This record gives sequence, C-alpha cells and structure tokens, in this order.
Amino acid sequence: MPNRRVVIGGAAASIATIALAAPHVHARTPPRVVVVGGGFAGASCARALRLIDRDLAVTLIEQNTNYIACPFSNAVLAGLRNIEAQSFGYGGFDGIEIVQGRVAAVDAEQHRVLLDDGSTIDYARLVLAPGIDPRFDALPGYDATAAEIMPHAWKAGPQTLLLRDQLRAMEDGGVVVISAPANPFRCPPGPYERASLIAHYLKTNKPRSKLIILDAKDGFSKQRLFEAAWRELYPGLIEWVPLSSGGRVTEVDPATRTLVTEFDSYRADVANVIPPQHAGRIAKSAGVADQTGWCPVDPVTFESRLRPGIHVIGDAAIGGAMPKSAFSANAQAKACAAALAALLREREPTPPKLINTCYSLVAPGYGISIAGVYQPRDGLLAEIEGAGGTSPLDAAAEVRELEAAYAEDWFRTITSEAFG
Amino acid sequence: MRLRNGHGWASMPVLLGVLVVGAPAWADAPPGAAACTGCHGSAASGSAIPSLEGHAAADIVAQMRAFRGGQRTATVMDRIASGFSEEETRAIAEWLAQPEAVRHAEP
Repeated sequence: MPNRRVVIGGAAASIATIALAAPHVHARTPPRVVVVGGGFAGASCARALRLIDRDLAVTLIEQNTNYIACPFSNAVLAGLRNIEAQSFGYGGFDGIEIVQGRVAAVDAEQHRVLLDDGSTIDYARLVLAPGIDPRFDALPGYDATAAEIMPHAWKAGPQTLLLRDQLRAMEDGGVVVISAPANPFRCPPGPYERASLIAHYLKTNKPRSKLIILDAKDGFSKQRLFEAAWRELYPGLIEWVPLSSGGRVTEVDPATRTLVTEFDSYRADVANVIPPQHAGRIAKSAGVADQTGWCPVDPVTFESRLRPGIHVIGDAAIGGAMPKSAFSANAQAKACAAALAALLREREPTPPKLINTCYSLVAPGYGISIAGVYQPRDGLLAEIEGAGGTSPLDAAAEVRELEAAYAEDWFRTITSEAFG
Repeated sequence: MRLRNGHGWASMPVLLGVLVVGAPAWADAPPGAAACTGCHGSAASGSAIPSLEGHAAADIVAQMRAFRGGQRTATVMDRIASGFSEEETRAIAEWLAQPEAVRHAEP
C-alpha cells in the first residue's frame, strides 16, 4: 500500500484514517490528463495541473527536444539577442511524464492518442496545444519550399536564423519587404515589432536600405504608438502599405523574391512572408478545428465545442477577444488546468478572469504594451470594458525604458512558469 | 497507462474516493489570480517587476485601488487593475497573501 499523504480536514480525518488502515485498499489508477504540444500553452498547462492537483497523472507529448520561443525572436533577427536565449528544454518537469513523439491521430471515442511510433496513450481528458501552422495553400506561390527562400519566421528556430542571415547578407541600399496577414493570426503586434527592430538594424548597419510592410489589413495593433516611434526613430525608413492602398499580397514568386499586390509588384532583396495560418496540424485531424481552421472552445473550460473531452488552449483556440499571444496561452493554460481539476472531481469549474499583456520592443530601451482583461460572456471570452488598452501615446522616455525592462522580466517569468 | 474507463474520480470505488479529502488550495484560486504570476514572478528572480510574495492582503488591495484610481503611477497596472472590482481584488489578494506552499497542492 503506497504511503499516501492526504489533505486532512475536519470530520473527514477519521474516515481517511479508517481507509488508510483497511487491508483491502488496492492500487489507485489516477485519472490521466494528456497534453499535446510543449509550447507556452501546453507546458504551462502540464505544470499547472501538477500544482493544482497532485493526484492527477499528467503526460506531456512534444515532438521536439527543445522549444524555441517566438517572443523576443525579433531581437534575434536584428542581431540584438542570441537564439540560445530563446531555447527551453523539458528537464524541469518533475512528476510529469514527458513523451517525445508526434501524435498521428486522436481517437476521441476510445479516449486514446496514437503516436507515430505506433504506441498509444489513454486519457481521461485531452488537452491539445498545437500552436499554429502556416497555410501553404492560401497564398499562391507560397509553399514549404518557398518558405526556405522567403522565410515566415513565424515559428521560431531555423526560420529565425534563416531570416537573420538573409538580412546580414543583404547589401546596403537593399529593400526588405514584410507581408503581414489578415486577422486572426499569431501575435498581432509581431510584424510591426519585427519591422521596428529590423529598421533598427538597418539604420545602424545599412542606412540606405528601406523596409516596406505590405498589409492585408487597414489597421494594426498599437498602430499609433508604432507609427509615432517610427517617425521619431526611423524617419523615412519604413513604409506601411495598408489594404486599401493595395497592400494585400495576392501571390509571390520565390525565384525572384517578388510579392504581387492588387496594384503593384515588389521585388525584395529580403522577403519575409507572414502567411495566413491556422491551428496546428493535429487540430484538424482530431476534429476540433472548424471551417475557419481554428478551434471553437467553451470559454470557462476550454473544452472543444466539437469534441467532448478534448480541450484546446493557446494560439490554436478561438479565444474570442483574447489575442493569440504567449501571455494568453499561459493564462488560458492555467484556467484550463483549474477547470480540468474541477471537472475530474465532478465539481463545477469557476468562470475565470484572464489577462493578456503584450510587450513590443520598438528599439532597445523603448517598449510599448497592450493589455486586456477578459471573462466569458455569451459563449466567448470578451474584453472587460474600461480595462486594458495601450501605453500612452505621449509617455516620457523613462516610461518606454521601464516597459522595455518589464518586457525582459516578463519573458524570464513566463518561461519559468512554462518550462521551469 | 491504460485506464479501465475514460472517467475521473466518480467511477472509482467509494472506499478509494474518501482518501481524497478537501480540495487542494489552488483549485479554488479566485478568478484572475493565476494570471498575475504571468508577470509577477518569484521574489528570487531579481526582476524589476515586483514579486507578489510576502505581501499582506491589505497591501495588495491598497495598491490595486491606487492603480485603479490613478493615485499610483503605473505603466500597465492601471489598465489591468481596472478590470477587477474591489471584491474580486480582495479575493485575489487574500489568495496571493498565502505562502506559495499553501497555494499549491501537497506533494
């Protein structure tokens, strides 16, 4: 009989004592939660489950040996940071079974996942956190091969280094073109932080160069803050072409690094195509993605609206008003873990309140942020009015420096929460 | 590991069911509390963002009220504090004021 420590409270103590003394108590089979995807959402969820309820068995399935984080990867592109600072392993996951492998299929009826190597893992509840995958069928000319010439670098790792090295190899006076997609996509301010930091690199090293953003949208996150900073720090370097001015890229030609829009054609020396995207691969085959390619979920439990017993968190989920960000992924992961612990004990989950804060670095020492507080309303996560918002437009330099410092602190804290 | 069935605790034998008494503290974390630690980490991290460890609940409530009302200068906390009522803030503060070991499940 395993020596089991229990949380003793009040009258239940005597019952527990009897149970401990009973000779027939057989080995328990704790309910198992299987988490697929070891990024910000999945890793945070696995760890949160163990913090909330030690009586749950938790398995985390991840195909890579390391996770390369996207937040701050734009600083790697600009030569301001090493990619090693973005890499996180799975050595600090005590009490969690880590399975390195790729999920081939989910059998929702049998409550079982099937891995590529033929092994299976049964679950009481399944959490899918597969992040995003680029859609290689959405932009004519842009497929997996094209991505090796015109990187998206929207999943950090080799793509980040590829784009960085292309920028380093570009001659002074060259043209960098970033193609930004329509909503929804991972990290709404991301393309504009990228433009900012590449501009910083160009201004410092290749000052005759230009950067053009071709946008499928007429507005973007923290726009007024970015544009004010660009006027101040990188005058004449960045041109933003919105949708209504013909900014939407309709096809690309990787052989010539040409991006074609409705009105024009741009030949780039370095082309960063951030393509339309959708929930990571396993979402569709597990049946949790809808026709938009993203996963509708209950805003309290994150249980899939399409497949009972399967929960989806992070970028893959339709988060309502919550943006697709690492902060959101971590917040949703913790809320989902609390809900799972309640559900597995047949208790009513408490409706959560969630927070997101996205920091963007416009230049070293110049940070801006957007925040939001969210709660379930009418079946989705809705923003709480009167809360949230962006950094002030007219803030002093000290405030920008503080926000840049807080951004670094946030990264250290959130990666500790997720990866230990 | 194979389960006999796909369900949680409810289908376990009743005798085993009573081994688990009371809910671990963090399962009852008030709404919003878990999200705070996304930025506010442990005291040991040496971060510019202050840790929330070791503060009395009344202190946290007072700071959040000051952020909400603009009496304390903020970069982002005014925007976040506005998303929580006084009552919600008090519940979060009382939970955060407990030592970390109490907030998390027993090993």
